[in-house]
Amino acid sequence: MIIEYAIYFAAFCFGSSLLMNLWKIVSAEGVGDRVLALDTMVINAIALMVLFGMWKGTEIYFEAAMLIAMLGFVSTVAYARFMLRGNIIE
Amino acid sequence: MSLILLAALPFLGAVFPALLIRAGRDASSGAAGMVTLIAFVGLMTNAPAVMRGEVVTAQLSWLPSLGLNAHFFLDGLGLLFAGLILGIGLLIILYARYYLSREDPMGQFYTYLLLFQGAMVGIVLSDNILLLLVFWELTSLSSFLLIGYWRHLPEGRQGARMALTVTGAGGLAMIGGMLILGNIAGSYDLSVILTQKDAIQASPMYIPALILILLGAFTKSAQFPFHFWLPHAMAAPTPVSAYLHSATMVKAGLFLMARMWPVLAGTDAWFYIVATTGLVTMVTAAVIALFKDDLKALLAFSTVSHLGLITMLLGFGTPYAAVAAVFHIINHATFKAALFMSAGIIDHEAGTRDIKQLGGLRTLMPLTFVMSTIASLSMAGLPPFNGFISKEMMLEQTLHTEWYSNPWIVAVLATVGAMFSAAYSFRYIAHVFLGPKRESYPHSLHDPVPGLWLSPAFLVTLVVVIGLFPATLAEGIVDVAAGAVTGGASGHVHLKLWHGINAPLMMSIVAILVGLLLIWTYARIRGVWDAARRPEAKTMFDAVVRALTGLSRAVTDTLHDGTVTRYAAIFLLFTLGLGWLAWSGGATAAPDRVLLMGNSLTIVGWFCLVGSTACLVAFHRNRLMALVILGVVGLMISMMFNYLSAPDLALTQLSVEVVTIILLLLALNFMPRETPAEGAGLRQVRNVGLAAVGGLGVGGLMYAILSRNPVMESISQYHLDNSYSGGGGTNVVNVILVDFRGYDTFGEIIVLGIAAIVIFAITEAILDGPVRARLLNRKPPEPRAGDTHPLMMVVATRVMMPIALMVAAYIFFRGHNLPGGGFIAGLVAAIAVIMQYMASGFSWAAARQRFPYHGIIGSGVLIAAVTGLGAWFNDLPFLTSAFGYVTIPPLEKFELATAALFDLGVFLAVVGAVMLALESLSRYAWQPGMVSEYPMDINPVRDDGDAEEQEGAQ
Repeated sequence: MIIEYAIYFAAFCFGSSLLMNLWKIVSAEGVGDRVLALDTMVINAIALMVLFGMWKGTEIYFEAAMLIAMLGFVSTVAYARFMLRGNIIE
Repeated sequence: MSLILLAALPFLGAVFPALLIRAGRDASSGAAGMVTLIAFVGLMTNAPAVMRGEVVTAQLSWLPSLGLNAHFFLDGLGLLFAGLILGIGLLIILYARYYLSREDPMGQFYTYLLLFQGAMVGIVLSDNILLLLVFWELTSLSSFLLIGYWRHLPEGRQGARMALTVTGAGGLAMIGGMLILGNIAGSYDLSVILTQKDAIQASPMYIPALILILLGAFTKSAQFPFHFWLPHAMAAPTPVSAYLHSATMVKAGLFLMARMWPVLAGTDAWFYIVATTGLVTMVTAAVIALFKDDLKALLAFSTVSHLGLITMLLGFGTPYAAVAAVFHIINHATFKAALFMSAGIIDHEAGTRDIKQLGGLRTLMPLTFVMSTIASLSMAGLPPFNGFISKEMMLEQTLHTEWYSNPWIVAVLATVGAMFSAAYSFRYIAHVFLGPKRESYPHSLHDPVPGLWLSPAFLVTLVVVIGLFPATLAEGIVDVAAGAVTGGASGHVHLKLWHGINAPLMMSIVAILVGLLLIWTYARIRGVWDAARRPEAKTMFDAVVRALTGLSRAVTDTLHDGTVTRYAAIFLLFTLGLGWLAWSGGATAAPDRVLLMGNSLTIVGWFCLVGSTACLVAFHRNRLMALVILGVVGLMISMMFNYLSAPDLALTQLSVEVVTIILLLLALNFMPRETPAEGAGLRQVRNVGLAAVGGLGVGGLMYAILSRNPVMESISQYHLDNSYSGGGGTNVVNVILVDFRGYDTFGEIIVLGIAAIVIFAITEAILDGPVRARLLNRKPPEPRAGDTHPLMMVVATRVMMPIALMVAAYIFFRGHNLPGGGFIAGLVAAIAVIMQYMASGFSWAAARQRFPYHGIIGSGVLIAAVTGLGAWFNDLPFLTSAFGYVTIPPLEKFELATAALFDLGVFLAVVGAVMLALESLSRYAWQPGMVSEYPMDINPVRDDGDAEEQEGAQ
């Protein structure tokens, strides 16, 4: 019972932070902040997926979340390298 | 010999001359001759049966569902033509061996010749009209190669192109006609069609089919007004002209008319189209031939004229005329091939074939003189040669033919044709061999080597003996061939040289006398002819071609002017038009699905999608920013897949997303940071409007689809029902990929591999070219910051690699039953490796890569193929999967499926393809200084002294 409310509350928090990330992507200065906002968005998406899995009582979404966690940072790193060096594989 | 083997033999044999040319010209020509000889002997083994009146058949199913079968049959007509093709082919091969010079690539010549020969034999043996059409097109293509054999000559190339254009266009028309004919008859087999005369002639589609088929035949047989390509094809080497224009290529049209004679002939339409065309062609071409100075051009127009004669005879539609046509086909082949070859000899020895510069060769080349004279007199229709007999038969027929109830016009015009025919034949003798010798001849002009005169001499012998003993030599074959053409209506044929003094003989005498008179007064007539203005076919043809080229260029340039916005606008407009057409034309049911309520989280997701899309529209000119925003869209889509219970798709989307971003960033490095402006004002209004309408259209379509149940039952249920029982897996998506649609997947990994290898090849080509210097001198657009290979990143990626590979293995193994599979696992593994490239640099990572990516792709495809082939050994179709359950203590019971092996192939192909593509792209940025000896630039524990030790410890 209480866990359900906790899930609702957490989902509300992460959902609204998704919207705030979106706001940052729309309004931020320059690309750097936007990449950061996207990265945060990915983290929040992981959280939402895990929450969704808990709510449904299944483990399948956990793996998708794990995959995002493992690979999501690769694109952020690639963006960062591109902005700093231009060339991502030197 | 089986007819299938007979038809295939020239094609199979065509490789030998090309290969054996290394062993010399004799080996090459010998091989070509051997192949033809074997085919000829093989044909002759079937001859006794055909001469008895039987029809030899051979059948092989090819694509029975399309009505396309490799059915062959040999009747009298087929035997006659196949005999001519192979027999004269043999003589031509001998002749060409001595005709072609050392500079000519002889292997190629004989290969083309055999290909052409095979196509011709195929035409005359086909029992299936679709098969016949295939061979028909093959003759057009292979004759193109032969006519353009001397590719250094512009006339050769132009002539070849013209021949291909005209005969190819006619072939297209004929395809239409044949399809209609097959449709009426209900079968594409000739043996069935030929029995359906009444049904075909009564059909309302008879006239269209007739016209289309005749277009094919007339273009091929160079009938007026399509005759103009033939003289231009004379730019070919003489052996080619002799072969194509005496016995084969141009006779294909006649063959077709003769073949279709039983079902198409006999109507008024047939008579007026075919006989009139033939008559006009015969007379016009004969007149033109008289005024040609080039020996081969003269022969070319005389060929056109004689083809017209045969066409006219076939057009008469009476059995006796068909007999005359068949007989004249034999006679024309013999004397015309001989004449072409002797013209070639004159050209070869005297160095010119311009009649104006020839004369008096009688004493210098007596042998050639005798051969040419006999063949010319036969062409003129003088007794006792074979041309006389068939010409008399033709004149006899014209006397019985009324044209629009006019009883004499055909006979008179035929006599006029015969006059000019006699005149140009006499000119060939008189202006080349008689008269004074020329000073311009090379020294010691003489008859050629035996290799050159043997073939024409043999043919000239035939000309004489067939003329003298037609009943003994030709009657049998003419009998069966004419029987095949007329369906037996010709009865028993009697050929004889002397019919007594009758009307045709009188017409012949008139023609010959006037012919002599024309030659006598040639100079005066020539003056009149030269003063007259005549339409030139080549200029008209060139103008038409130029207009067509201009039109296509205009259309292409308007549609493809190089701006992407225009492509997109045209594409959108066209798609919208199609969509509107489908929507307004088709019926749609009322929406019958209940809409679901969205919860607050899905609305957040929706808002993120819409918001990021709007943001993309605003910032789309900044390429990097567009990519970042695309990342949001991708993330939201994978969330959506997850939410809508499609975890496989979500996993795929996620991993593809990462690879795509890396790929695009690699490319962006070489592109301007901003896209150019697409235009302002009205054009922008147009673009925005189109884009909005297109987007709304797609949205509306999606809404319409989602709010209705499908009209037909979806296939999904079948997959759900059979996935576990048939494919042994509970993950339906994966079972579909590796089992239900395994063939598709197999094709896809091959395409993926090809794409990656093409990227690699293009990279190689570009980096070898002049672009390399520009790439090496390239200055980065922005100042660079930070380390090349930062310590943090190196350490993090090293730690991540085994974990990522472990995850890949896990996803791979459980893919058959739970979300995952070879494709996703391959992407994850590729990303794990790419991380190392990014962290420690290209050269460091590439040096540690032991297996070439090409090999990985290849092994993947190979494993998938071998797995699929394994099914054959169990008498099952390709890619049928098998599975079973095994228990090895202390493990739990687990499944072994061949599908997993197939999936391994997919995995390897994906890893190889992704890595090869990314590695190729990253090579563009390589610069000389970029050699990373160490995994990271700044290593706190590294001393310059013991660097190697550190390297070993890594």
